[in-house]
Amino acid sequence: MALLQIAEPGQSAAPHEHKLAIGIDLGTTNSLVATVQSGETKTLTDINGEAMLPSVVRYHGEQVSVGKSAQQEAALDPENTLISVKRFLGKTAEEIASSYGQLPYTFVEHQGSLAVQTCAGPVSPVQASAEILKSLHQRAVESFGGEDVMGAVITVPAYFDDAQRQSTKDAAEIAGLKVLRLLNEPTAAAVAYGLDSGQEGVIAVYDLGGGTFDISILRLNKGVFEVLATGGDSSLGGDDFDALLVNTFKQQTGLTDLTAKELRLFINKAKACKEALTSYETVNVKLPVREQEFTVTITQAQFADLAEELVKKTLRSCRRALKDAGVEKEEVLEVVMVGGSTRMPVIRSAVETFFAKPPLTSIDPDRVVALGAAIQADILVGNKPDSDMLLLDVLPLSLGLETMGGLVEKIIPRNTTIPVARAQEFTTFKDGQTAMSLHVLQGERELVDDCRSLAKFSLKGIPPMAAGAAHIRVTFKVDADGLLSVSAMEKSTEVQAEIQVKPSFGLSDDQVAQMLKDSMSNAKEDMQARMLKEQQVEALRVLEALEASLATDSELLNEQELTALRDAMAALDNARLTATDPQAIKAAIEQVDEASSEFASRRMDVSIKHALQGQSVDEV
Amino acid sequence: MRYFELFDLPVSYQVDLSVLNQRYLDLQRAVHPDKFAHLGEREKLLAVQKTAEINDALAVLKHPVKRAEYMLSERGVDIRAEQQTLQDPAFLMQQMELREALEDIQHSGDPEAEIESFEAQAKQLEQQYSAGLGELLASSDESDLHRAADHIRKLKFVYKLKDELSRIEDSLFD
Repeated sequence: MALLQIAEPGQSAAPHEHKLAIGIDLGTTNSLVATVQSGETKTLTDINGEAMLPSVVRYHGEQVSVGKSAQQEAALDPENTLISVKRFLGKTAEEIASSYGQLPYTFVEHQGSLAVQTCAGPVSPVQASAEILKSLHQRAVESFGGEDVMGAVITVPAYFDDAQRQSTKDAAEIAGLKVLRLLNEPTAAAVAYGLDSGQEGVIAVYDLGGGTFDISILRLNKGVFEVLATGGDSSLGGDDFDALLVNTFKQQTGLTDLTAKELRLFINKAKACKEALTSYETVNVKLPVREQEFTVTITQAQFADLAEELVKKTLRSCRRALKDAGVEKEEVLEVVMVGGSTRMPVIRSAVETFFAKPPLTSIDPDRVVALGAAIQADILVGNKPDSDMLLLDVLPLSLGLETMGGLVEKIIPRNTTIPVARAQEFTTFKDGQTAMSLHVLQGERELVDDCRSLAKFSLKGIPPMAAGAAHIRVTFKVDADGLLSVSAMEKSTEVQAEIQVKPSFGLSDDQVAQMLKDSMSNAKEDMQARMLKEQQVEALRVLEALEASLATDSELLNEQELTALRDAMAALDNARLTATDPQAIKAAIEQVDEASSEFASRRMDVSIKHALQGQSVDEV
Repeated sequence: MRYFELFDLPVSYQVDLSVLNQRYLDLQRAVHPDKFAHLGEREKLLAVQKTAEINDALAVLKHPVKRAEYMLSERGVDIRAEQQTLQDPAFLMQQMELREALEDIQHSGDPEAEIESFEAQAKQLEQQYSAGLGELLASSDESDLHRAADHIRKLKFVYKLKDELSRIEDSLFD
């Protein structure tokens, strides 16, 4: 019986110091980073005190600028300035052209994926997103006095499909961030409001940003958030309200054929007018054009009339999401407002009327998502071992396979709680067929052409049999981040094929590694040094985690097993402190992983038993 | 039966959904991958597998038809992937009439009243075929299991009608 835990020299027995973790809201228009420090959750600001980093990346010569400076130069250098790249993540050139019309970019195919041609060569949306993440990462490291972060939670829209989630994760990897979790934006907002503590019920998150509208219905029960349904409109946002005002300006001034410059002025004035209407009943807009000054007066009531159709559109999405979630409007306990556009009184009052309760607006709607992500990151990195919070997510869009006739057979329907694994059996349709190609799709429609193609792969080496005699079992697995992997096996021969679904236009692991390398040679960083640093941090993480597990559960191992594990850990600790080759540390981590696998599985069984025991005791 | 064991529930067609949900959350809290985010890769992988299994078990136990199919398959009669058609002319005739009624709703002058009356009929059918299903599934008599299979096949028709109805409702009121 072990009564005393004796630590090896240089090996901390019970690490309790605060680990640094960040939450990142990688937004379409603006991005933010937040953290929890001394119990306080706050967004981190740049040297000018700005929390919001415009999601704009400009490539010029050898340099890359991100944020406000890039934004200010956008008009001078539109083709090299990437604005709102989040819209392009995981998309094909055709999809972008059909959704966004004319853009100042030249899209090219680069290494099998979409890229924008810039003066610095082809840049993929993933790489541009990585630049934004890098900039926020750096901001965090600077504010922590140079100490690196142990991990990050990055938010994504709840409806993001597999390709878009995978792209986000790839971008983080290129930016050198360890992703603790991809978190849905609405869930993050609810977490920021602390809705996890003490409340039970249904929560609606109404998120109206610059260019997108999302509505999510969450259920909250004893600290567990469950996304019940999501909906929205990916082409409805604050910009559409500006466009309505621009139209009114045109009508009132009689100027219909505006030059690009005049249009820009009208749009800027419309934005300013919309913002002023949040605090004033009446706004006079001055429009100095063509050597005249027009004045247009807009009242809140007029604006409300103009906006009525758009507002109704968002409410229709709300109704549909509630229906998808299977809940009534009256069951909604709280409504959380997210996105700068929810500052508009016309939105607030419409939402209040619709849900028959005042929405939550006390946290800055621009920051609320990043703050929630930071809270979750703090828990995931292990700073709050006693936290009861658990965030359960659902699959936003159904996953399926192409079958005969260009139809899609759904394997996992949308709104299924993840992680999930589902298998389905298929058979050959020709005598002597020895291969089967599998086309993985995501979407709700029945036709292949209407769904998003995620990947194609084939199962080869099926022994020739009569049509219908082969049993091919296709298994879909979706992890907690919503990322899919698919495997296929012929049952009688156990011939297998497996892929981690990297979408057809996404990136392979090699490509990610290459981009990582590129991004570092650009910044004149030392690749080897950074990889070594990363492996050292990872090694420390593994050791600390195991120490913590051993402190509570070492009795699950017999003496021999414990010794083997301790030896592997000591070897890793040694490698961490002395090795100069990152591969050596990596190998030592794998050794420890191997040596601890049985321990991990026993711990899992114990915790399951424990979870239910607690339950039966409560019931007695 | 593994799924019932996993939730530490008695094997019975009657499942207390609130207890099921509560145990589900307790299990999730113990094994969800987020609890292992700061631990090693192997523990995370294990957590993903366990959680997936628990999610699957919940989806089956929660749904009356899936639960019945699962219990039946555990008793050795697997009808989950069958393509067999139903041999009950009276039932099929009734289904056809119901489908026609469903289509008429869209052109009716008072769709809400029609929907309500249709819902009542569907509910009545559901009760008819669910009643006694628990006993049949627990029976040791082989013929009872085949009777259960027949009930479950019919319940599937009823659920399809209900799905169809909610689609029509969507299209009418959106």
